[in-house]
Amino acid sequence: MIRAWLMQHGFVFFITLKRLISTPVTSLLSIIVMGIALSLPAGIYVLMENLQSISGQTASSPQMSLFLKLDAQKEDIARIKQQLEENSQVVSFQFVSKDVALHQLQQSNGLDNLTASLIRNPLPDAFIVHTLKNTTETLEQLRAAMQQWSAIEHVQFDSAWVERLHALLKLGRFVVLMLAILLSIAIIAIMFNTIRLQILTKQDEIEISKLIGATDSFIRRPFLYFGAIQGLAGGITAWSIIALAIETVNAELIEIVQLYNFDLHLQHLSPEDSISLLLFSAWLGWLGARLSVASHLWQIEPR
Amino acid sequence: MIIFKNVSKRYPDGYVALNNIDLTVASGEMVFLTGHSGAGKSTLLKLIAAIERPTSGTITISGQNIAQLKLSAIPYLRRKIGFIFQDHKLLFDRNVFDNVLLPLQISSFDNKTVASRVRAALDKVGLLKKEKAMPIALSGGERQRLCIARAVVHRPNILIADEPTGNLDVEYARDIMAMFTSFNQVGVTVLIATHDASLLEDTQHHILSLKQGKLAV
Repeated sequence: MIRAWLMQHGFVFFITLKRLISTPVTSLLSIIVMGIALSLPAGIYVLMENLQSISGQTASSPQMSLFLKLDAQKEDIARIKQQLEENSQVVSFQFVSKDVALHQLQQSNGLDNLTASLIRNPLPDAFIVHTLKNTTETLEQLRAAMQQWSAIEHVQFDSAWVERLHALLKLGRFVVLMLAILLSIAIIAIMFNTIRLQILTKQDEIEISKLIGATDSFIRRPFLYFGAIQGLAGGITAWSIIALAIETVNAELIEIVQLYNFDLHLQHLSPEDSISLLLFSAWLGWLGARLSVASHLWQIEPR
Repeated sequence: MIIFKNVSKRYPDGYVALNNIDLTVASGEMVFLTGHSGAGKSTLLKLIAAIERPTSGTITISGQNIAQLKLSAIPYLRRKIGFIFQDHKLLFDRNVFDNVLLPLQISSFDNKTVASRVRAALDKVGLLKKEKAMPIALSGGERQRLCIARAVVHRPNILIADEPTGNLDVEYARDIMAMFTSFNQVGVTVLIATHDASLLEDTQHHILSLKQGKLAV
């Protein structure tokens, strides 16, 4: 029984491939349309994943820099240390003295000529403070409070842009979701129509098969295979479009990266996400086909 | 055993094709259904295979009420029946062999036995040498025999034929009737609708005649 069932499925799969190849232009066009439609939301998703990983590398918890006045004394530094230790919002902090800061500046970016020509160290002492994750409003209050401490020149909220990026990513995710829903409906509609046209050319076969005892699932099967295979091909096309775009962008990025001494390149979808994309596109094709066949079969039931 | 009880069929346009039919066909019996065209012969046959459904009444086949059959159960009913359609319903995009193969593909027989079954059916109707031919290249009589081969290839208990000798000359018609008789002799219940009186002259089989949707005695 199982063997016969498997052989039937294998047979249908083979027939479906033959049918796809027998109309190469039509098949190719639908696959390209589906691929482009899918590549839009998937591509934006990839872009956002990349932005997210960049922002994730930069700061995991909110960070502030406290710059001290240039004439700040050792006592001031000790007092600020104590104030930071007592503050419940502060998770950790690190003191960067003006000498260390200057040394770091000399180390990086080939600025040693410039720094060597300085008469005196223009950099202030600073604290780098990591705080609890909190709303921007609370963090802003904390920043204002620190600003009032004596011997503090300026408090900079380093990770404000990360917050903004996260808000933007949240909006982006919503846009991706909307796009994905709309374009999925479009793909189902495309597949519905493709299968409807196929059914019209196979009307005799369907009617006769039903008259001599074919179940609905027997009649549906080749169309479902067709929808799923074409959907899968559309998904592969979308994946390839994104891969090509990433390759192109990365080639451009290499120049910028060299200019700014900054490691940046885009990543493609993770293996899990890639498989999800392919499965989802196959499912969309299957669903469009299923709806199409169901609406036709309903019309020819006995009354 | 096929039992009709108070079966009526009225079409949506108000036309009454069958009016309160009661009949019984015992299993293994061969029955002719006669009457003018429009008397309801085709409708009656289609009700048996649930191709159409009665407006009222019950139709029982081996204890199962066809009138109330769920849609999902209809295919399994049809697999017990071999139906020879008035308009043949052959597939012109495939050859003789593949036309006869279709019922076996549908009920998913094992691939090893299907070819021999198809050839056995073609042999019974004398079309074995034409298995590669396309239906369009066959004569009227050959097409009718192809329909018979397709109807019997899955060895149904009930064989239904709607005007099987429709446009055939007398000799061909006699051949075909002989085939039905031989199927009946191996235990198949056979129902044949025909308006061809010459077929019925020397038969000892049960004859039911329909007149304007009613059984005439």
